[in-house]
Amino acid sequence: MKRKKGFIYLDHPADAKFQAFGRSLEEAFSQAALAVASLMWEPERVKRAERRSVLVEGRDLEQLLFKFLSEILYLFEAKGFLLAAVSEVQILQPKAESGNGYQLKAVFEGDKRNNHYPVFGEVKAITYHDMRILQSAHVLIQVVVDM
Amino acid sequence: MELRKINDFTWEIPKQGAMRVPAIIYASERLLATVKKDQTLEQAKNVACLPGIQKYSYVMPDGHQGYGFPIGGVAAFDLEEGIISPGGVGYDINCGVRLLRTDYREKDLAGRRRELLAEIFKEVPAGVGKGGVTKLSRNVLVEILTKGAEWAVENGYGSREDLLLTEENGRMKEADPSYLSSRALERGIPQLGTLGSGNHFLELQKVETIYNAEIARVFGIEEPGQILVMIHCGSRGLGHQVATDFIELMENKIGLKGLPDRELINAPIKSTLGQQYYKSMCAAVNYAFANRQMIAHWVREVFSRVLGSSAGMRQIYDVCHNVAKIEKHRINGQEKLVCVHRKGATRSFGPGRPEIPAAYRPFGQPVIIPGSMGTASYILIGTKEAEELSFSSTAHGAGRVMSRHEALRRFRGEQVRNQLQAKGIELQSTSLKGVAEEASAAYKDVDEVVRTSHEIGIGRLVAKVVPLGVMKG
Repeated sequence: MKRKKGFIYLDHPADAKFQAFGRSLEEAFSQAALAVASLMWEPERVKRAERRSVLVEGRDLEQLLFKFLSEILYLFEAKGFLLAAVSEVQILQPKAESGNGYQLKAVFEGDKRNNHYPVFGEVKAITYHDMRILQSAHVLIQVVVDM
Repeated sequence: MELRKINDFTWEIPKQGAMRVPAIIYASERLLATVKKDQTLEQAKNVACLPGIQKYSYVMPDGHQGYGFPIGGVAAFDLEEGIISPGGVGYDINCGVRLLRTDYREKDLAGRRRELLAEIFKEVPAGVGKGGVTKLSRNVLVEILTKGAEWAVENGYGSREDLLLTEENGRMKEADPSYLSSRALERGIPQLGTLGSGNHFLELQKVETIYNAEIARVFGIEEPGQILVMIHCGSRGLGHQVATDFIELMENKIGLKGLPDRELINAPIKSTLGQQYYKSMCAAVNYAFANRQMIAHWVREVFSRVLGSSAGMRQIYDVCHNVAKIEKHRINGQEKLVCVHRKGATRSFGPGRPEIPAAYRPFGQPVIIPGSMGTASYILIGTKEAEELSFSSTAHGAGRVMSRHEALRRFRGEQVRNQLQAKGIELQSTSLKGVAEEASAAYKDVDEVVRTSHEIGIGRLVAKVVPLGVMKG
């Protein structure tokens, strides 16, 4: 099944900037994850051989996004895991009394790095620079990553 | 934005609004024009608002927009009232450059250049997220984070002399690895002794022009045609993770109130969290020193194997480009200790500073400024004037002007490689896409950057070198 990509890259002098879209926060977060992965390898070519549960918390949506996307870099460098797809994303709203902000659960599907998958770019870190999360009828996310 | 011209290479943003000090931008008219196109000036202003900042918020001649702090940003903070900020150091902690001299001349490499580069390419692991040759245990990693290049020398990579010719002697003593997250360690374990990718590279170079023969000789540079080796890399995923971790810790502990830009998150340098960041940053600095120490060792081994000898391959120096350090500076006539953040800037201590190697102390420290892929690089010397003008700092490179995305649209890796070959420059790379992204047309003119540094007097020209072979991750 060929799906239209839910993200675009914009010009940024030093690094990479993208916008990701979705009908919900969950969908936009998933597209943002694919936008990050696509800077390093081709997620659509990676087999969905492994599933990894992801759980992150953030004091606000921006931090939640920052930590969620940072997971991809950690899993790649420390575990040799290449992200192919994001599923079962669930963002839990803040509980007023706990003050703990947001929680995100998701499943990353992908495969161990091997020679079949060319890796062509290195994202060093996710940044907050120009980060936007706009929620109206649709959700738009903008992120700049350090390369 | 109001910009006051001080002289042909110095521009001031006067103190206004929440700024605690004015900002100073060192740039020629031409460099200033590119600086004005992005958020550099705004970022320099924001830095000037941070607590405890001393004298000025500075932007070096290669300055461009970064995150929070501009790249090429230099700022010093009071140790009592000041802050420390991961954004003022950058994600790639101790991204830096090591330069080796050799006794070889261009003619000695005739017919052997391709082989030499190909052998280095085989020996030095490079590429995106590429693992190193050594499988480290956590305990050994902790030792490396504590001892830096010293660990490498103790384990057979290079000599004690290399340590004397490295900033901090290759080891920041305040390092405390116990504050690093498990994730930082996990990212560090597979990547020790690797070059990485992106703008990182290893070059075989020849000396093209010597501007100051006396100083060049002190550094071990004798004549045009002499072969040098330059290694440009940093602390890899470990350093990136330290920055990422402490940005979050500081947000959660201190909050975002009053920050004009979230990437300016910081902690009082005296605070527990500020100290933990500093000590973790030092550990990442040590990792990068060890990294470059190992790579330099492998390069020497290849020279021995291919050309018969690596005698004379003395290190000229090893400098940090992304770091925060506690240094003594004269402020309003008084000597005081401050925390100098250099983000994409090179320390440029002049004569007499105790921190620099004894052999260089009467003259000043070597400042190594790599150009972009396939263009010239420069060796400068630190100056006395820089103490007054820039907390002893100058530029660190060319500085990007074009996005990677745009570079990919405009250039093909093949075509860039062919152009390099037409100029007589060999290329070895793990990725042609990476080659296109790093095309020199995507960067500022490094010649103009170093000329500006020289004219202002914050780092003076010693020699110009050009590449003969480039290895890219």
